[in-house]
Amino acid sequence: MSMRPARWFGQILLYAAFATVIVVFSQWPPYRPLAPDQALLKISFLHHGQRLQACIEQTPEELAKLPPNMRAPTRCPRERAPVTIEVDLDGRPAYRETASPSGLSRDGAASVYRSIPVDAGAHRLQVRIRDSARDGGFDHQRDEVVQFAPLQVRVVDFSTEQGGITIQ
Amino acid sequence: MNAAVASMPIPATQRWWQRCEDRLDLLSPRLNPLRHLGSIAMLMFWVLLASGVYLYAAIDTSVSGAYASIDRLSREQWWLGGILRSVHRYAADLFVLCTLLHLLREWVLGRFRGFRRMTWWTGTALLPLLMVSAIGGFWLNWDQLGQYSAIATAEWLDWWPLFATPFMRNFLGVSSISDRLFSLFVFVHLGVPLLMLFGCWFHVRKLAQPIVWPPRALGGVMLSMLLLTALSAPVLSHAPADLARVPVLPAFDWLLLAVHPLVAATSATTVWLALLSMLLLLLALPLWPQRSPPAVAEVHARHCSGCRRCVADCPYDAITMTAHPQRPGFALAVVDADACASCGICVGSCPSSTPFRSMARLVTGIDMPQQPIDTLRRMLRERLQAMPPGHRRVVFGCDHGAPVGALEAADVATFSLICIGQLPPAFVEYALRDGADMVLVSGCPESGCAFRLGQRWAAARLAGERDPKLRAAVPASRWATVWAGADGLAQVAAALDTLQQRVAREKTAR
Ligand code: HEM
Ligand code: SF4
Ligand code: SF4
Repeated sequence: MSMRPARWFGQILLYAAFATVIVVFSQWPPYRPLAPDQALLKISFLHHGQRLQACIEQTPEELAKLPPNMRAPTRCPRERAPVTIEVDLDGRPAYRETASPSGLSRDGAASVYRSIPVDAGAHRLQVRIRDSARDGGFDHQRDEVVQFAPLQVRVVDFSTEQGGITIQ
Repeated sequence: MNAAVASMPIPATQRWWQRCEDRLDLLSPRLNPLRHLGSIAMLMFWVLLASGVYLYAAIDTSVSGAYASIDRLSREQWWLGGILRSVHRYAADLFVLCTLLHLLREWVLGRFRGFRRMTWWTGTALLPLLMVSAIGGFWLNWDQLGQYSAIATAEWLDWWPLFATPFMRNFLGVSSISDRLFSLFVFVHLGVPLLMLFGCWFHVRKLAQPIVWPPRALGGVMLSMLLLTALSAPVLSHAPADLARVPVLPAFDWLLLAVHPLVAATSATTVWLALLSMLLLLLALPLWPQRSPPAVAEVHARHCSGCRRCVADCPYDAITMTAHPQRPGFALAVVDADACASCGICVGSCPSSTPFRSMARLVTGIDMPQQPIDTLRRMLRERLQAMPPGHRRVVFGCDHGAPVGALEAADVATFSLICIGQLPPAFVEYALRDGADMVLVSGCPESGCAFRLGQRWAAARLAGERDPKLRAAVPASRWATVWAGADGLAQVAAALDTLQQRVAREKTAR
């Protein structure tokens, strides 16, 4: 068949095209998760809000009503307060969130996560957290100017051991 | 059965796809990857397993050691470890590409209904496993690409309120992730692919003699392609992971990691909803109501001798044997209607289908009610009598291959069967003895049979390699085969001309 060489050529071309698709799209085009002159502010905490009610001394009458194995002298309701966080970036609100405690009896930790791209450079960061049932105001605050190098990741977190709001 | 009354019209999209596939049979259907996507994917699985074992032996499975151990392969052992590393990645790319094309092909060809639904469902179930295996592989290398993918995955997974501690919090440390988390990565990338291997076995369980290896030549081409790509564009690590920095990704694998940029460009919700609805759509597809499905094969107990040939030839394992109710000590074929593809290949395999039997109405052991074998014999006889002596050409074809009905003429009798595997080979001899000058048998190209094995069995029976065989005494010069797709009418016509010339030459020689 006179077509034979043409067909061989076509077949080889086809395989080459197939291989090219694989080599090319397994590494090209490059991907930029973030512009090179930006940085990332990550805001996250895993934090137990305060208990909504303090422990209560049980009266003897109340104790008598309970099954014998549950007669503890104090009763501690386990429900915790939701945790509210407010973050301002250069004086403008950047993030507002109220996280409910986890768990069926709402006694677990509340958690948030958000990542916000910012321009590299210095930014004033104001962070306020309320973890009690109070009506207004905040239990923890932090206000400082933070440097962001290009592509740097900085994390706002909460750690009781480290005294509250942390900025890494 | 006469081509003028071909049984099932084939939708235009299917014809179109088949045409493309036929055109790409440049040298041989055996070398056309489109016809072997499932088995190429399987081959890639074995390549991944073999290269993966080597990489697993070389990798230091701790957060601090993983990067260096893999990077060392590429730098100090490029001739083995480096190549295997690149092969591992490119095989994964090829695997995903072939699987998606395989899905597309089976979809376009309408192969998700009825007897194929279980194969379709198990195939769909492989998709999430494939995605997890592919993405998880990048994490083990713990370079910036792995870091990016792991974090993007964590952020995406946290959309579900699954973890008491958001998964993302594992990646907030200043220095690095924990070794415990890294062990989880290793576990995922070993465990999920093994689960997938099990899934593949399930996927082909409904098929008789599943074709899990591509033809040798094509397999060789694919392996050489992997090696060549590995040598010409070796896969290298990005910079080591650093949680305090956003990764820079000069070489991004879009075939395996496209989901991350997609989430970033839209939202986690959009991508979850899109993927889940796609998955649901795929799962629901077989439940779509069908125009009345064709009748399934029917066993005629009095004519079944229990020889099991139909069991051996049925491409969908739809036939089992049971004790014969009338003949003690004999077995009887039983068709599972749910599994039957209505392909008729069993009719062609049954020794009782031979037209030489003397009964007035030919009843065979197993038959297709919509195209009984007796009708084929009756019409063949009628047409042979009606054609002028010395000018009697017979063409057997199938509904999925070239539309042989278009060749119908005063001296050409055409018969389109459901599948060419439905033709008992003795019909060739019968036609020749009954006055035909020549017989042409046509069907789909090799590896292109709509019912997987029909073309293969037909060719083997006619060549005398598989029971029931065409007798060797039948003069080989007076019959021929031609395997051509839906678009291959010209090829069939040319084959008929060639056969005609051969027969004419022989006549003058005599
Ligand atoms: C891991 C990925 C997959 C692999 C390795 C794979 C492999 C295979 C193999 C080896 C066959 C047998 C071909 C034959 O013997 O005729 C097959 C058949 C089939 N596959 Fe897959 N497959 C995969 C995914 C899928 C997916 C995602 C779908 C669709 C949702 C699918 C649908 C089918 C169908 C419908 C058949 C039957 C074809 C027929 O009856 O003619 N497969 N596959
Ligand atoms: S018609 Fe096809 S699928 Fe059905 S029993 Fe016969 S060979 Fe098997
Ligand atoms: S091939 Fe025919 S005779 Fe043999 S078991 Fe099947 S139906 Fe019976």
